[in-house]
Amino acid sequence: MELTGGRVRRVNGPLVEVENLGDVAMSEVVRLGPERIAAEVVGLAGARATLQAYEYTGGLRPGDRAEATGDRLAGLFGPGLLGQAFDGLLRPLSGAPVWLTPHREVDAAARAWHFEPAVALGDQVEPGDLLGTVPQTGPVEHRLVAPVRGPVTWLADGSLGATDPAVRVGDIPVPLAHRWPIRVPRRFRERLSDVVPLHTGQRVLDLLYPIARGTAAAVPGGFGTGKTLLLQQIAKWSEADVVVYVGCGERGNEMAEVLDELAQVPDERTGGRLVDRTVIIANTSNMPMMAREASIHSGIAVAEYFRDMGYDAVVIADSTSRWAEALREFANRTGDLPAEEGYPATLASQLAAFYERAGRVVTLGGRTASTTVIGAVSPPGGDMTEPVTTATQRFIRSLWLLDRELAYARHYPAVTWAGSFARDADAVGLWHAARGDPGWRARRATATALLAEADRLASLAEVIGTASLPAHERVVLLAGQLLRDAVLQQNALVANDASCSVAKGAALLTTVLDVVETCQRLVARGVAATTVEEADLADLVRVREEVGPDDADGVLRRREEVLARLEALT
Amino acid sequence: MTAERVPDPGVAPGAVDLGAEIAFSDVRELRGPLLVVGDVTGVGWDEFATVDVDGGVSRHGLVLEVDDDLAVLQVLEGTAGLVPGGVWVRFAGRPLQVRVSTDWYGRVCNGRGEPLDGGPPVGGSPRPVAGWPLNPTRREPPREAVLTGVSVLDTLTTLVRGQKLPIFSVPGLPHLTLATQIAARATTAGEGFRVVFAGMGLTHADIAYVRDRLEERSAAGELVLLLNAADDPVIERVLTPRIALTVAEHLAFEHGDDVLVVMSDMTSYAEAVREVAAARREIPARRGYPGYLYSDLASLYERCGRVRGRPGSVTVVPVLTMPSGDITHPVPDLTGYITEGQIVLSPEVDARGVYPPVDVLSSLSRLMRSGAGPGRTREDHLPVAAQVLAALARARQAAELGELVGVAALSQTDRAYLTFRETVERDLFAQGGDEGRPMGDSLDRAWRALDVLPRRELTMLPAAMVAEHLGGVS
Repeated sequence: MELTGGRVRRVNGPLVEVENLGDVAMSEVVRLGPERIAAEVVGLAGARATLQAYEYTGGLRPGDRAEATGDRLAGLFGPGLLGQAFDGLLRPLSGAPVWLTPHREVDAAARAWHFEPAVALGDQVEPGDLLGTVPQTGPVEHRLVAPVRGPVTWLADGSLGATDPAVRVGDIPVPLAHRWPIRVPRRFRERLSDVVPLHTGQRVLDLLYPIARGTAAAVPGGFGTGKTLLLQQIAKWSEADVVVYVGCGERGNEMAEVLDELAQVPDERTGGRLVDRTVIIANTSNMPMMAREASIHSGIAVAEYFRDMGYDAVVIADSTSRWAEALREFANRTGDLPAEEGYPATLASQLAAFYERAGRVVTLGGRTASTTVIGAVSPPGGDMTEPVTTATQRFIRSLWLLDRELAYARHYPAVTWAGSFARDADAVGLWHAARGDPGWRARRATATALLAEADRLASLAEVIGTASLPAHERVVLLAGQLLRDAVLQQNALVANDASCSVAKGAALLTTVLDVVETCQRLVARGVAATTVEEADLADLVRVREEVGPDDADGVLRRREEVLARLEALT
Repeated sequence: MTAERVPDPGVAPGAVDLGAEIAFSDVRELRGPLLVVGDVTGVGWDEFATVDVDGGVSRHGLVLEVDDDLAVLQVLEGTAGLVPGGVWVRFAGRPLQVRVSTDWYGRVCNGRGEPLDGGPPVGGSPRPVAGWPLNPTRREPPREAVLTGVSVLDTLTTLVRGQKLPIFSVPGLPHLTLATQIAARATTAGEGFRVVFAGMGLTHADIAYVRDRLEERSAAGELVLLLNAADDPVIERVLTPRIALTVAEHLAFEHGDDVLVVMSDMTSYAEAVREVAAARREIPARRGYPGYLYSDLASLYERCGRVRGRPGSVTVVPVLTMPSGDITHPVPDLTGYITEGQIVLSPEVDARGVYPPVDVLSSLSRLMRSGAGPGRTREDHLPVAAQVLAALARARQAAELGELVGVAALSQTDRAYLTFRETVERDLFAQGGDEGRPMGDSLDRAWRALDVLPRRELTMLPAAMVAEHLGGVS
């Protein structure tokens, strides 16, 4: 580390100006003051450098020392990430003290690991090739891949620390853990464009607004619309190999809850616990603001790290609005001209840079893997025209819009069919068709059409009264109600309903659509609409909670009962 | 105009801890609450300072910016009456601290923590008022209910130990009555329940009301009152909640108390923050409030919680008035994003004569599901709450429809929902301002209200539970 004669000159919260740093580069990390807090160069003018500090700068004085490190903002990537919690700069929180003061040393070498080579001395390896695995890291096999091309010249024996060399490729030592600049995307061989859905376990998403692996989705919703609960459900039940949950400027209690719950829920696919496939990055709203800005990049860098091992990783960022606010806060302090609502003009390009790190790719080692990004957006005042919400919509494939009216009526997840979209829905339909469910697309189309029509009729009925509608339109109103209550609502607190398999989701939707069709036939046959409306369908509504999360047959049995009862109406 | 020594003016600093040596007197600028002093050396950002005034009472300030030999201070008591040349600024060399100990029990202080009750300054060990972020992995997820004795809150928006749950109100509604009712009656299962009440910008009438309502707690030594009156210095309000929370954190996490912190009115607090931002000519975000208002509010609200392996908890109930009832106003909006739910008071419900006038459909306690239910409150609590809320949502639809087409034109089911709403408001929600109701009583009242609905409508309740509480088919 080269010591230069840098001195602090100005301190204004996280904005610090430094003089005489010498040959310092943009984005370089500089250490400030006696606590050596980390800061990143964001501007250079003559001998003056503008820095954004990642810690509380209280007590920092003009004249304090500033040291350039020559390093970019980087995290340590290696075994031991899964099941643990980190702050926005990827420093471990598990094991850190109760109160987070700025000065925290990171002891990466503390734990010893075993390394099982998958190569032999003299083997020629290419970048991305598997060098070996690290056992005892939980259900997700930890793989060490070659960073460079060359012959294997040395292999470690026995236990080793994370930063000790495990392999030598040519002259290059390859440790289990390496530092990687979090803002720099990792390389891959090629992007794939075919669509493979990511099953989330949430019916409204899987049936109506699916997300493809390696794409991006955004979840805008005002407060109290159940955004965080929906994201937590996705973190728990989605079909990913690795989930990176970034709590960016959100609640501390929520992070505690996530950690606690994930530690308790078993992961049926791997036999471990859900927490063992999860990396938590927690930069809560009261932690330093600029580390919040870094936390989003840390999260996606971790996901890319696992992607390169060949895994499908999902990054859940809650909330990107808090990240954008950190950008704004800092831009305002540096005196940048604001664009919309005080946000810097670079907002859209910074959002794009984040969402574009999503992708389904062939890794350098030839594995097919993906990084899927799901970002929450917290529009101030629920205003969907605000800059972060509008800019985000341009860079994503699926939009899951949360509606306050639905949430107030305790319809969860409150994803509305008015405004949400899934640009890969047709391709997902083809994928389902190729796997033996040709009806997926038609069911989705019928369901969305019924929901839209029911909404239209409901507003009409508000003016003229339900009784004035013709019978077949009253059945459409009933259909909207049934779709909402029996299919789209999902109770996160009931084990049977918290997640839903593809088959059970299909069975529920089929059942409701068949019930609606039967009702239409009944009223066409002359049964009074009131009779149909007042038929007791509570058992149809309850079936999602009464049968297991993968019990499609149970749903279909209920279908028979309900249909038989309806047919008996006169 | 270089540094010179002045004798310590000997003003009792109350809770505020001083340790300054050198005084600087080169005041370059006074603007709004800001004081810019030049020729300073060795001053760090966010340091606390004492401003000695020629022939007057000392004031206090915080460093907002240091640039070479210039320091920008926000003066808590305001800059009115200050004259450049008649002011000496002493820097403490550390951030603002407050002394914490159990001596705070039963004390009444002003917004800076100086005694108003004639007692001596509160002693104890000094702590920075800004606090440090609590490591999220060391937090214990909130689990146990705080019983407020207010039926509508206990049944539908249960407050949980370690939660932050604000009351959103509009001027003229009885939010202070509700807040003091909660503060006076709330209990948890454990021992040592305390209340810290931070009043910001309250009128003297409100202050007298609060002191009167909390008399019993105060006499029992279970109350800490910090009062910044409406005519007290505005910038001092930036400090009041921080002192309250620092005291609360100490009592909770070092002394094992369950502490409820009531902060009223957060809108006055946010206006003080805005005033400083405006004086600094910062670029405003929404409605003139600074872009960091979210982080600033979070630095207060996030200090609630529990710590793994330690007894005690900090539960925060901020009270705020929404200007013209607008929930999208930055203060309620940002608060709602940080807190774990909200209790919304509504003028419409108030007009129907219901106290507390809670708009239950807009209200929510996010942590209710972990604080209520089997083993915590009662087995039927969560399904009953869900059913009451769903029924009220349906009743609202029916009422809107009824206004258009006439109640007589509504279906029998819709009319049953309207009857339900009347019943539940009268028998469950409405309650006296001093009345405390046990949880079991509240839930039984909810069942009796649900009984007016046809059984087939009770889809949120397991069939067995309905049979147990309401008997056979009606």
